[in-house]
Amino acid sequence: MSTAARTTYRECCRQAIRAALLADPRVFLMGEDVGRYGGCYAVSKGLLEEFGPERIRDTPLSESAFVGAGIGAAIAGMRPIVEIMTVNFSLLALDQILNNAATIPHMSGGQFAVPLVIRMATGGGRQLAAQHSHSLEGWYAHIPGLKILAPATLEDARYMLAPALLDPNPVIIFEHIMLYNMEGELDPSVTSVDIEKAAVRRHGRDVTLVTYGGSLWKTLEAAEALAQEGIEADVIDLRVLRPLDEATILDSVRKTRRAVIVDEGWCSGSLAAEIGMRIAEKAFFDLDAPLRRVCAREVPMPYAAHLEQAALPSSARIIATVRELLGRGG
Amino acid sequence: MALFRMPSLGADMEAGTLVEWRIKTGEPVRRGQVVAVVETQKGAIEVECFEEGVVEELLVPLGQKVPVGTPLARIRGAGEEAAAAAPSPAEPAAPLAVTEPTPAAAPSARERGPQLPPASAPAPAAARAIKVTPAARRRALELGVALERVHGTGPEGAITVADVEAAARGAAAELPPGPPVAPARAREAPEKPSPRHGFDPVAMRKAIAAAMSRSKREIPHYYLESTIDLNRALAFVEARNRERPPPARLLPAVLLLKATALALRKTPELNGFWLEGGFRPGPGIHLGWAISLRGGGLVAPAIHDVDRLDLDALMAAMRDLVQRARTGGLRSSELADATFTVTNLGERGAEAVWPVIYPPQVAILGFGRIVKRPWVDEAGGLVVRPLLRVTLAGDHRASDGHLGSRLLAEIDDLLQRPEAL
Repeated sequence: MSTAARTTYRECCRQAIRAALLADPRVFLMGEDVGRYGGCYAVSKGLLEEFGPERIRDTPLSESAFVGAGIGAAIAGMRPIVEIMTVNFSLLALDQILNNAATIPHMSGGQFAVPLVIRMATGGGRQLAAQHSHSLEGWYAHIPGLKILAPATLEDARYMLAPALLDPNPVIIFEHIMLYNMEGELDPSVTSVDIEKAAVRRHGRDVTLVTYGGSLWKTLEAAEALAQEGIEADVIDLRVLRPLDEATILDSVRKTRRAVIVDEGWCSGSLAAEIGMRIAEKAFFDLDAPLRRVCAREVPMPYAAHLEQAALPSSARIIATVRELLGRGG
Repeated sequence: MALFRMPSLGADMEAGTLVEWRIKTGEPVRRGQVVAVVETQKGAIEVECFEEGVVEELLVPLGQKVPVGTPLARIRGAGEEAAAAAPSPAEPAAPLAVTEPTPAAAPSARERGPQLPPASAPAPAAARAIKVTPAARRRALELGVALERVHGTGPEGAITVADVEAAARGAAAELPPGPPVAPARAREAPEKPSPRHGFDPVAMRKAIAAAMSRSKREIPHYYLESTIDLNRALAFVEARNRERPPPARLLPAVLLLKATALALRKTPELNGFWLEGGFRPGPGIHLGWAISLRGGGLVAPAIHDVDRLDLDALMAAMRDLVQRARTGGLRSSELADATFTVTNLGERGAEAVWPVIYPPQVAILGFGRIVKRPWVDEAGGLVVRPLLRVTLAGDHRASDGHLGSRLLAEIDDLLQRPEAL
């Protein structure tokens, strides 16, 4: 086993962009600090040198303008990858994303496709406080016309971009900031992934844990700990937040009869709420316990490390919630 | 304003399906009128109403299965305002709460005695309070498990699938080996059409299993036996029947039933129910008459006030009851009201039966087959006589063997004087 095979999530993201740039001359990367600085999270480091300023374009701090430019380029036949530094800043471009990117194909009667990919960093855990740490992907998952991806594994980070660029409609990819440093070996047998299905990352019979993105690893850790107590969990990695792969969720819940949804977004009106409701609508009579959620506490994300950790979902909270559902006390 | 509720037609009944309304909104109803047909584990039962007034509103649509105690219709008493004006205090938000009659209904309820049975006057309300997961509720239905007997171990003490399955395993261990409980689905495809409307042998077996298991689990039975010389009684029946056309003839069983009812007048401690840790006397002598059904199974509908019926009326009542038990059309009061049960094996039966008490009743009498056997008569001579072995099972919580012996002795005495019956 050579060390050369080891890589990081960040490197996978970079290789994905690089491969796209090499494969298709219509592809270009645009965003704040993506060129000379190498990307706020160093994802695009080295790409300016390799591909030049035509294809690796630094933009002013003007999310609405450069996302709008990306939409225009996509309509005109390019395949832009637009990076937004963090999901909190994407709100400046929400008008472009909702009223133009998601809507123009519909408003134009199908005359204009918007084959745009937007990448955003999301999530908390690095003490970036209340303006850089939130998980707002659930808001985007609310919008018809968008496809929302949340790669949580090295393989998904590496291979989701290609099918996203092939999609004629806008696709948003959320990269969790805590995953960029994640190291591992990229499975050499994987050379492409789908962007339709959820993945069952662990199989169990007692409870279904539904999660995605940065919460996947906390959830798997909780599942391993629960297995020590004889509680076997199915862990579903959603991968695609819109449209949801309902069938995979419902199949699992019908088997285990219990579900806990782990979502770093706030509880109220969250993606977790949507998933819980779909289970209630379609698998109510299969349930053997109330539905539960482990979400971020409903506060602006604290700066202090211990408060930030207390606000985020943790494997301890997931374990306690599952124990309670199985009547094993808290 | 009174509410007509889904009646409890036996200790084991938790819910019934409304299959027919015999009343319409705005129509008057009389006390005792059959107002609806309800499908239960014992088949389709005609349900009587004990209110007097006008049907204000039908609350439950046809085909719906509702728990015992659920209001089925609102009945406006004579002289009461229409509901729009009157805020009806008798109408709880949760359907199961009140089991006590409303003031308007109280007199009739007292006449009829406790709206029977069971053990469960408070059970419906309790059942509503239990937390049961949706999956567990469905599993309980499939396994025929009564939820109020299941201990919940889930979140907030909720009953889960595992709890239901554990309870089902526990119950199976208590029962003698028998055919496995068929899932509810088996009902949908009977091999041939059932002669009785709504009759489902699988469901009935479950009902019998539940009642008999409960009886043997909860009731400390004591058993007594006497042998009675039926020479005089049979001679009396023969003489009575001689000039009668077959349909008007009496069967010996009518004497046995009447003698039992009259004897119970002298031992009222055996006629009634064991409820909430104490004995509650029956409101009359309403004898449950065990009738075996051709499709299998057993019902014991009541003949009301047997002690006050003459022999011809009793004979007619017995014929009618057997007919209706086998073709459908038993009434709710007949299923709910029995205060004491008699089982009679008849001509093709065994010589004696050791019956199991039907809870919450406190005693049951068994008559075996009448057989000719040697007998020592009053004069000390050896003769051949038609003899009948009579057995009594009594609930030792409610009475003792001494009292049971008196009942058997009194029945013997009465059967030696058949003309007095």
